[in-house]
Amino acid sequence: MTSAIQIRNTDTVATAVGDLAQGEMVQITGARTGAEIAVAEAIPRGHKIALRDIAEGEHILKYGEVIGMATSDIAAGQWVHVHNCRGLKARRHE
Amino acid sequence: MNTTFKGFRRKDGGIGIRNHVLVLPTVSCVNRVALDVAMKTGAMTFSHPYGCTFDAIENTTTEDTFIGHGLHPNVGAVLVLSLGCETASAQRIADAIAKSGKPVETLVVQLGGGARATGQTGIARVRAFQEALEKEPQDDGDLSELLIGLECGSSDAFSGLTANPAVGEAADIIVGYGGTVILSEITEMVGAEHALWKRGKTEEVQRKLMALIKEYEIELSMTTEDDSGIFISPGNIKGGLTTIEEKSLGCIHKAGTTPVVQVVGYGERPTEKGVVIMDTPGFDISSVTGKVSAGAHMVLFTTGKGTPTGSAVAPVAKISSNNEIFRSLADDIDLSAGDILDGSKTLPQVGLEIVDLVMRIARGSEVKAEYFNVQEFAIPNVSVLRKEVIHRKLAELNDLRFMK
Repeated sequence: MTSAIQIRNTDTVATAVGDLAQGEMVQITGARTGAEIAVAEAIPRGHKIALRDIAEGEHILKYGEVIGMATSDIAAGQWVHVHNCRGLKARRHE
Repeated sequence: MNTTFKGFRRKDGGIGIRNHVLVLPTVSCVNRVALDVAMKTGAMTFSHPYGCTFDAIENTTTEDTFIGHGLHPNVGAVLVLSLGCETASAQRIADAIAKSGKPVETLVVQLGGGARATGQTGIARVRAFQEALEKEPQDDGDLSELLIGLECGSSDAFSGLTANPAVGEAADIIVGYGGTVILSEITEMVGAEHALWKRGKTEEVQRKLMALIKEYEIELSMTTEDDSGIFISPGNIKGGLTTIEEKSLGCIHKAGTTPVVQVVGYGERPTEKGVVIMDTPGFDISSVTGKVSAGAHMVLFTTGKGTPTGSAVAPVAKISSNNEIFRSLADDIDLSAGDILDGSKTLPQVGLEIVDLVMRIARGSEVKAEYFNVQEFAIPNVSVLRKEVIHRKLAELNDLRFMK
């Protein structure tokens, strides 16, 4: 089974170690090992998967820190990237 | 956990985990003489292109970095090797080291009969130092007395997921036992300044940290065409990084999660215990050199693609982000965090392995770079003109926080 790394227990996203396909299960490793989560859509290697439902406007946590804010509702297992997360530091490459 | 080791107590109170004689060439012209002396005696030295410059700031930085290496707790005695006409002052360097109570001698090639004759004298001096050092008794040391540099270089996509956070777990444990870690490479902090700011122990630390990061951000925006210091690049986005915060956190997470207690200049010795931030450039060799110059007993160096780098006076332990590089660069890498990738180990488990490695190194176990005598040295290219340009730009922005 492909794994995704969760750095800290408080994180709301994990990073895929390999390409993830819709419908497969992914093993969550890093901070802990054992939990599994269903992949809701295709997620490329090195990209992030939501570990739980995240509401629009909610902070997204990785490294136990805020890496950005959800720009739409995100369901557990969905891909988290520039289409649904933006940084809090104002300027960003568009 | 047993956090004690047998070390070498210095006159200034510090404790060394090695008992080296350092042959210190004050100018590149005598690198070869220093290397000959070192190779024939087992003393340490490093080759470098510095020691003669008309840039006053660079000259002072060079002298201070040499002094820092001479004062280093892993060094028991120093032979200062000078040509005689260089701008770096051998006298100032030797005096500053001697003031700490450490044995120092100076040889000047232009006054000592040339390279070969001075080299012969140098070999005799080093051997006398070594005989004296061997007779000194060892003393009890503890992890809480250690200063540990954190560095990353030749990173890959997994560095921020395995090796860096595993070192972060180790940093939290080391700080928990009263030890000190130094995080540097300010360019990598741009974007994560708010995460760091929150961790500043005092307002003074917070203010210094923000000023430092802002200065680098302005410098980056002037020296890179694509503003890559402020934005994350399309390549980063394709690779899975979403925000500049995420990119920078992957690097600074090496220092764990405890408060930032002090911000120091390049090569400056910390006086507080905990997480310390040092002003160094992103170039890993000059960043490691700055931390070693500040007295870092050892350096934990994370890498994705691998690098052989080491220091003349401090063990540099390389920790790879993946098992492939650990196997293919077996002579360069000391530990792999790669088992985190398939879940066979957790980040906290590898964090404990790193603390165990730190204690083994403190008890005398050689890292790969020591075994293979890898001794790199570089100082930042601090140009007076570039600083002036930055300060003028800040004045234009009506931002006077950094004006003296």
